[in-house]
Amino acid sequence: MVAPEAHGNRIAQAWSVLNGVMDPEVPVLSVVDLGVVRGVHEDSGELRIDLTPTYTGCPATAAIQLDVENAIEAAGLGRPTIRIVTSPAWTTDWMSADARRRLQEYGIAPPEQPAPQGRRALFAPAPALACPRCGSMRTRRTSEFGSTACKALYACEACAEPFEHFKCI
Amino acid sequence: MSGGARFEYLLRLGDSCLVLGHRVSEWCGHAPELEEDIALANVALDLTGQADLLLGEAARTEGRGRDADALAFLRDAWDFRNLLICERPNGDFAHTIVRQFLFDAWQVELYAALTGSGDSALAGIAGKAVKEAEYHLRHSGEWVVRLGDGTAESRTRAQAALDALWPYTGEMFETDETSAALAAAHVAPDPESLRPGWTRIVDSILGEATLTKPQAGWMQTGGFNGRHSEALGHMLATMQFLPRAYPGAKW
Repeated sequence: MVAPEAHGNRIAQAWSVLNGVMDPEVPVLSVVDLGVVRGVHEDSGELRIDLTPTYTGCPATAAIQLDVENAIEAAGLGRPTIRIVTSPAWTTDWMSADARRRLQEYGIAPPEQPAPQGRRALFAPAPALACPRCGSMRTRRTSEFGSTACKALYACEACAEPFEHFKCI
Repeated sequence: MSGGARFEYLLRLGDSCLVLGHRVSEWCGHAPELEEDIALANVALDLTGQADLLLGEAARTEGRGRDADALAFLRDAWDFRNLLICERPNGDFAHTIVRQFLFDAWQVELYAALTGSGDSALAGIAGKAVKEAEYHLRHSGEWVVRLGDGTAESRTRAQAALDALWPYTGEMFETDETSAALAAAHVAPDPESLRPGWTRIVDSILGEATLTKPQAGWMQTGGFNGRHSEALGHMLATMQFLPRAYPGAKW
C-alpha cells in the first residue's frame, strides 16, 4: 500500500473519504484500518480502488464494495472502478496499532502480532489473551468461530463476561 | 498445457469446495451445540467463498460467457468434478467431523503447494485459502481427538466414520492426464506428492485420538470423470432449486 500523501489531490481526498468508510460488522474500524483498501489509482480521469476480501466467503465484502463506491461518489470524486485483488493474501498484520487499540476499547480482543505463519499455527494451543473489559489473563476460548468469519469466542473467568477475539491470520 | 486441462482442474478444486460447503451448511440450525453450529456455518461459508473464486476462474478460462453461479447452479451431477468424499451425506456428527478432517488435511497440503504455482491467479487464491484451511484443520483435528479419545460411544462412532470414509481418500492423490499436464506446466503439484504430508497429519491426529487407521485397500474413484453417487443428485436438487425455478432471481 502506498501512503496517501504521496499522491495527487484527488487521490488524497479519496483516501480521506475511505478513512470514514466503516466496516459494517466492526463499526469502529474503517476499511483502511482493516487493510482492505490495497490501493487508490487514477486511470484516465477515473478513480480505481483496489480492495481485498478478508475471508474468501465474507458476506461483508459486497457491502463494503458498495459502501466504498457510494462514499467516493457522494464526495464528488466520481463513481470509482473497484478491482478485487486476492494477492498478497489479507493478513491481520496490516491492522495499525491505533486500530488495534480502538478494537480493544470496543470490547474485541485484537489479533496478536505478527500472525503465526504456516504449520506452526496448526494444533498450537489457543493464544493467551487479555480480557478487553477487565484486563485479566484468566480467559479461555469457548469457540474457534464467532458471529462473523473474522472472530472467535472467548470468556473471561475473572469478570465472567464473554468477549470476541479478532482471529489472527 | 491446454485451457481445457486448466478448466478441468479448477472444476475439481472448485466443485469439491462447493459440494462440501453445501453439505456442511446442512448442519446450520442442527448442530449439537450453538458454538458448533456457528463453527460449521463458518467453515461452510469459507468453502463456498473458495468455490466462488475457483469457479469464477474456471469460467474465465472456459471463455463461454458462463460465470461462477452458472457453473454452480446450472450444471447436472455428471458435469461435477468434486471428490466423492465431499458429497457423502453428513451422517452423525462424528461422520461429518471425520470427513472434514480428512478433507482439511488434504486441502492444507494442496493449497500450501499451490501458493508456489506458476499460475499467478491460482497461487493468489491458494495464498488466501490456505489460511482458512489451516484454521478448519485445527478445528476438525481437535474434534477428532475429542471424539476418538472420548467416551465409548463417541469413539465407536468416530471409528465407524473413519472406516466408512477411508475408501474415499484415494481420489485425493489420483493422477491422470489432466493432473500430469498441470504438473508438467508447473501449475499444480503432482497429486501423489501431497500424500506424505497428508499422511503425517492424519497419523499424528489419529494417534492422539487413539483411533485405528484403516488398512490400505480398494479405493473409490469416479468424481473426476463425473461418475457420482446418488447422494450428489439429491443434494443438487436442493441446492439448485431456486435459480432453476426462478431463472435470473436476485437475492
